[in-house]
Amino acid sequence: MIQSADTRALSTLNAGESCWVAAIELNGLLRRRILDMGMVPGTAVECVRRSPAGDPIAFKVRDSIIALRHDDASNIKVHIANKF
Amino acid sequence: MKSVVRPLTTLSEVCLDADSIRIQHDNALGDKIVADIYASAETIAKRVVTKPPAVKTLDARIDDILTSRIFGYPIMLAILGVIFWFTIEGANVLSALLADALFGFQDVLTGWFTVVNAPEWLHGVLVLGLYRGLAWVISVMLPPMAIFFPFFTLLEDLGYLPRVAFNLDHVFKKCKACGKQILTMCMGFGCNAAGVVSCRIIDSPRERLIAILTNNFVPCNGRFPTLIAVATIFVAGTLTGEYSTFMIAAMITGLVLLGVLITFAVSWLLSHTLLKGEASSMVLELPPYRKPQFGAILYRSLIDRTLFVLKRAVVMAAPAGALTWILANLYIGDTSILVYFANFLQPFAQAIGLDGFILLAFILGLPANEIVVPILLMSYLSTGYMIEVDSLEELRAIFIDHGWTWLTALCTMLFCLLHWPCTTTLLSAYKESGSTKWTLLTFLLPTVAGIGVCFVVAQTVRLLGLV
Repeated sequence: MIQSADTRALSTLNAGESCWVAAIELNGLLRRRILDMGMVPGTAVECVRRSPAGDPIAFKVRDSIIALRHDDASNIKVHIANKF
Repeated sequence: MKSVVRPLTTLSEVCLDADSIRIQHDNALGDKIVADIYASAETIAKRVVTKPPAVKTLDARIDDILTSRIFGYPIMLAILGVIFWFTIEGANVLSALLADALFGFQDVLTGWFTVVNAPEWLHGVLVLGLYRGLAWVISVMLPPMAIFFPFFTLLEDLGYLPRVAFNLDHVFKKCKACGKQILTMCMGFGCNAAGVVSCRIIDSPRERLIAILTNNFVPCNGRFPTLIAVATIFVAGTLTGEYSTFMIAAMITGLVLLGVLITFAVSWLLSHTLLKGEASSMVLELPPYRKPQFGAILYRSLIDRTLFVLKRAVVMAAPAGALTWILANLYIGDTSILVYFANFLQPFAQAIGLDGFILLAFILGLPANEIVVPILLMSYLSTGYMIEVDSLEELRAIFIDHGWTWLTALCTMLFCLLHWPCTTTLLSAYKESGSTKWTLLTFLLPTVAGIGVCFVVAQTVRLLGLV
């Protein structure tokens, strides 16, 4: 697995792009929720789709689909996965 | 330093406190533990689970359409409209059948009372009051419920509702509320009391309160049939044939949309006044679509929901019917108590486009919205005109005899959509919010909105001379 050195916010992904979680810069209940769903550093995440208005954004994490609001997703930093 | 030690009451407070400690000490142990648990789970899963090669699944294709930029919203609207169309079309037939049977039996009952020479008042209370109230509730209320509930349960079962929340979340975010509020509103379609209880799925206490306070703006199944009956009477007079069902469905859809719009407006208002705050985070799971289990749907919608709601309506309608008959037949001087009350309410009711009897029916309907139309009919029928009513066309004649115009019908529907919640809903709101203040607001918000909207509509129409 080859990773690019710099990180991006999860919210910048376009539908169809995949990434690896680098850091979860969230606090409180939301942080727990995210971790509980298995979104831990190193997890593969795919951006599946955006809602009609562009926010929230749906991600595929460990075979389940989870929608996050743009503001929350922008606090999750990721490495973009190289195209296979 | 905080000078006063306060007990932590909610999970989010505990997490916040734990977090602040974690950040202070830069401790990543918890993260490591979670990551480790998932890593070992992953290793095990890799050994024992074989996955089919990744292809675009049917689910993804369906989601592409249902949440698409172009089709997402029109599909939601179309689904709502189609369900109403089926409900109205089916309910018409069923209502007529039920009314025929039940009012036919009323004549039989009257026959028996005559045979045993029962006193006139006993026949009045039991047959013209209690039995007729029940017959109305069953024939007007049961068919729409029995058709609407299975359709709605089907949508729930398919997994469509989270997609609706996904599509609409950004509007709720603008109102600084939670997207899951739409799920509680969907529950409210079935029963507002259930809708209020379902607000527990919203994490933020502020956003949960907003959802509780605004749930009543979605018409529940106890109010649907009223809307349908009034719309049917109203439309049947002006349009006939093929298009009338379509028109009625469009009107009901429009009313529901109005309710949703008002929900947004009031949520926004609350977020900027009494319940000030910023939109919090939201994690919404979009589960895979499931093949519906038709047996379970029918059981859940007909036995669990329809019969439950109907039972409540019947329990309320029987005494309400008897009470209405007594009020209408007890005289003080030469005016019955019912007419006395109605006259008292008349000036105010007139100003908001209703009449005293309609407003009285809504007030007497506080225990259950299902009984509003039956009470109204009972009070109209017991004041002079003793016509046998067994179809919606005859209903129309009664209403017109009592001075109904299209404005009366419109205002009645608006007031039905926007007025105080039933006692069960208020009780749920009290239990969920734990405060009298918020319960009172749950009562006042829709009431004020209803009176305001009806007043403006009635006065504008009269001013323009449209009636």
